[in-house]
Amino acid sequence: MKENIIIIGGGIAGLEAAGQLIRLGYNPIIIEKEDHLGGHVADWNCLFPDMSSAEELVSKLIKNAAEANIFTNTEILFINRLKDNYNVMLSNGISIIARVVLFATGFKLFEAAKKEEYGYGIYDKVITNRDLEHWFNTGDDSRIDTDEMEAIGFVHCVGSRDEKAKNPQCSKVCCITAVKQAIEMKQKFPQARIYCFYMDLRMFGKKYEDFYISAQRDYGIRFIRGRVSEVSENIDGKVIVKAEDTLAGKPVKVTLDLLVLMSGMVCNPDSTKVAGMVALPADTDGFLKSRDNIADITSSPKDGIFYAGACTGPKTIPETLAEARTAALNIHTYLQ
Amino acid sequence: MIGMIFILTYCVIGLVRIILQLPKDDRRKFFLSLINPVTMMKNIRDIICDCLLHVKIWKRNKLLGYMHSSIAFGWFMLIVIGHIEVFLYVPHRAKFLYYPIFFRYFVAETDTTLKGSLLFFLMDFFLLVVLSGIFLAMIKRIRSRFFGMRRTTNPSFLDLVGLYSLWAIFPLRLLAEGFTADISGGSFLTKSLNHVFTAFLGNHVNMLPTWWAYSLALGVFFCVLPFTRYMHIPTEILLIPLRNAGIRITNARKGLAKAQVYSCPNCGLCIDACPMGVMKTNIKDTTVYLNRQIRRRNENRIEEISDKCLLCGKCTAICPVGVEGDKLRIAQRSIRKYGISPDCSSIDTSGLIEECNFSGPSDGKVLYFAGCMTALTPKISRAMCSVLSSAGIQYEMMDRDGGICCGRPVMMAGRVEQAEEMIRKNTEIIKASGASVLLLSCPICYKIFKEKYRLEGIRVVHHTEYLKELIDSKSIRISRNDLKYVYHDPCELGRGCGIYEEPRKVISEAGELVEAGKHHKESICCGGSLGSLSLGFDKRQPMTENALNNLTAASPDVIVTACPLCLSTFSRYADRPVEDIAEIIDKNMARQA
Amino acid sequence: MDFGFGIAPSSAINLDRTDLEKFEKVHDMEPDIYKCMACGSCSATCPAGRFTGMSLRKVILDLQRGKEAEAISMLKGCMLCGKCSMVCPRGINTRHLILSICRTYKEE
Repeated sequence: MKENIIIIGGGIAGLEAAGQLIRLGYNPIIIEKEDHLGGHVADWNCLFPDMSSAEELVSKLIKNAAEANIFTNTEILFINRLKDNYNVMLSNGISIIARVVLFATGFKLFEAAKKEEYGYGIYDKVITNRDLEHWFNTGDDSRIDTDEMEAIGFVHCVGSRDEKAKNPQCSKVCCITAVKQAIEMKQKFPQARIYCFYMDLRMFGKKYEDFYISAQRDYGIRFIRGRVSEVSENIDGKVIVKAEDTLAGKPVKVTLDLLVLMSGMVCNPDSTKVAGMVALPADTDGFLKSRDNIADITSSPKDGIFYAGACTGPKTIPETLAEARTAALNIHTYLQ
Repeated sequence: MIGMIFILTYCVIGLVRIILQLPKDDRRKFFLSLINPVTMMKNIRDIICDCLLHVKIWKRNKLLGYMHSSIAFGWFMLIVIGHIEVFLYVPHRAKFLYYPIFFRYFVAETDTTLKGSLLFFLMDFFLLVVLSGIFLAMIKRIRSRFFGMRRTTNPSFLDLVGLYSLWAIFPLRLLAEGFTADISGGSFLTKSLNHVFTAFLGNHVNMLPTWWAYSLALGVFFCVLPFTRYMHIPTEILLIPLRNAGIRITNARKGLAKAQVYSCPNCGLCIDACPMGVMKTNIKDTTVYLNRQIRRRNENRIEEISDKCLLCGKCTAICPVGVEGDKLRIAQRSIRKYGISPDCSSIDTSGLIEECNFSGPSDGKVLYFAGCMTALTPKISRAMCSVLSSAGIQYEMMDRDGGICCGRPVMMAGRVEQAEEMIRKNTEIIKASGASVLLLSCPICYKIFKEKYRLEGIRVVHHTEYLKELIDSKSIRISRNDLKYVYHDPCELGRGCGIYEEPRKVISEAGELVEAGKHHKESICCGGSLGSLSLGFDKRQPMTENALNNLTAASPDVIVTACPLCLSTFSRYADRPVEDIAEIIDKNMARQA
Repeated sequence: MDFGFGIAPSSAINLDRTDLEKFEKVHDMEPDIYKCMACGSCSATCPAGRFTGMSLRKVILDLQRGKEAEAISMLKGCMLCGKCSMVCPRGINTRHLILSICRTYKEE
């Protein structure tokens, strides 16, 4: 009889950890609240910096985790700690007892409508990074008028590095996502002028800087150092963006056919809720608190509970996958 | 005796000084109002209602009202009846003021006549009333919660001296009269007390010391009175006619401001009312402490207190004596010295007028000034424009691309001249538009446009009023839904401009209106107010959360407000949708197909 | 006589010679002055900026670099409307900061 391991969340972290645990001889059980696996990555089209397909990555991960028990559309009603075990009660009536619970609960995308001054949900030509990926995948979005695409703007740091939005942390991946999406849009609309409004460009990952240089050199994307302060709409339904070009020291105003808001990663309230059932602490940024942020990020302060991926903070895909493997190994060591 | 003379001269000097400190025009206005029979009647009525009967406190809290009016009115009646007694029984009317006070000691009279016994009865009755008030006051000191007050003020040392001597006066009087009741006469209270005393004391040796103690307590009380909170008793009598004369605070420390500061009875009602009170550290920054610090001339604290305030005006709204905490603070801010004084006089309005592209004057045209803050809450201006178009109203926007600030925020910072400069600039633009109605969706703008702008012939309306007019005139039709709305009274609109009912009527057209825990003039500031200069962003969160808890008491589906600042402040922390009244109407408008 | 050019002191900022005494005094009054990350939100949203050239971001920067005169001339155009405090991502109490600067520094 293989030992059960409960994995909360069927995103890429949960799937990768499950795949590894199967190979290590365990029986992982994935609990996913949505009707599909793959989490946020499943909503994406291409991945930076190699422009590989998100769908391929997700299906590969699902294939590796095929032997796991997977419950989709399932939520956790409660978790309680028995002596050395955790008893998890699911919304489908099943209860599972396991020595180890892995939190792969991920993040939530910041609700762009909360920054009302950017006009998401108010103006017709304002969309988010996820909406754009959805359009890349399906080509279906009435807000994107392919016939008229002269100028496109990207707003970095929407809901990130923003005390007013209660998220002071950097969301890490939006800078590079904006560069990626800007390039993709330029490829689709070569005649369009494309602007990125940024506060700081954080190109920290492998080949990110190359990507950035390419965006400037090969695609002529214009980077404006200034945070957008407000957006209004003109009579034609186009949006007018106001920012300060802090390098020129002058306010700038530009009329756009499409404005894309780079919604950042914020802590997932469902993750916080489930963590609360076993009294797991939240860190100062609202994400789950690890035993040690440097040496032991995948361990929770409680024995038998582990973390993987963006439930402890904004992460890129390679980081998340690496953490999932680390968590699987840590679990294996713990159970030996 | 010494106390009495002291206090009388002090009061007269104080009165003359305050009146002299008033600006010339105000002084004339004040004296004219004194001889105007209408205001005279109002003065007399207010003095009786507020100073003696404490009607305002009664309305707030019955027990507290009784405590105050029993002491004040009871004591007043004791003095009045005492004088009648003296007048009746001492034919050559007393030359000394203290005669009536110690009447019972000097004069032995009989209670055999009906008139005499009635007077004695009344004296005893009012003494009992006062004693009951004092008794309540003692309980209040120990357990303020009993009176529905969560917090009360911390008295200073002299306040305590005054307090204890006040408490001592009447029990001592009772004792003293008790001892002399068999000689000078008394009624149910003093007579029976006298019987008790004579039963085991038997002689009158105790008589002298108790009368002395009584007069001593009285003397101490009157001597410390000017330096304690009890100064409010004489000052309020002056404040009432000043207020009725329509005088405003013009100087931070003199004239009306001084009268208000000295009228503060340190009752501490403003402490519980203050929205900053959710954080304990802010308790000492409420109006009662401001008044105390102004009396002590503690400049550092005065500055700190006046800069921190949100200027929501709730302390003013509930103050039983009418101290205007918000205006007092703005006055303190206005005397501050700055090394840099902004100057907007160089702004050329012609560019703005051109930008607005006013298309000639036409009758009934509406000019919509959305205001600075609305630029950050585009939902409001969009909804408003949509409603206006649906109603077929001809309108123009004054600040589509940003305009000049209305001047209210800078006014709140105490910089009056600069505000006047902005008022001049905006007036030029409005006059050039040829509109006959100026529509505002921001209460901050609305207040200053209403009070300080001179826009002859142009009606200034807030969008809550205007929406109601549109509904009343059937220019727009609203279809009801079954949502539960709660309305938050923005400070500047409610307490600031007295608009409470229009928004409520408008919302009732769209759905069910429920009330918050505290509403109308007691509504709790959202915490986002521009009034506060020194409160930082993180310090405001507990206030917003407290205000939200108050709003959601009746579990509404939507929180409705009528101020862009309240809207963005509440949206940040609310657990349910927060919408402007214009949005509600825009969403529920029955549009012609 | 005007030669069209002059012997002006170097336009470079010399941090060794920058006197920050007043800047520190402002910091004592409003510690938020250290929090600015120069994103420009305040300047972009400022209604006064388009009329008077006011830019709070530049004011803070100039003061920090010892360029007082420029900062003061910009501050004279502030309408104190408080819009900047609404948009600042760092939650700086901008109005108090502006008033604190106005009290500490002096016009020529």
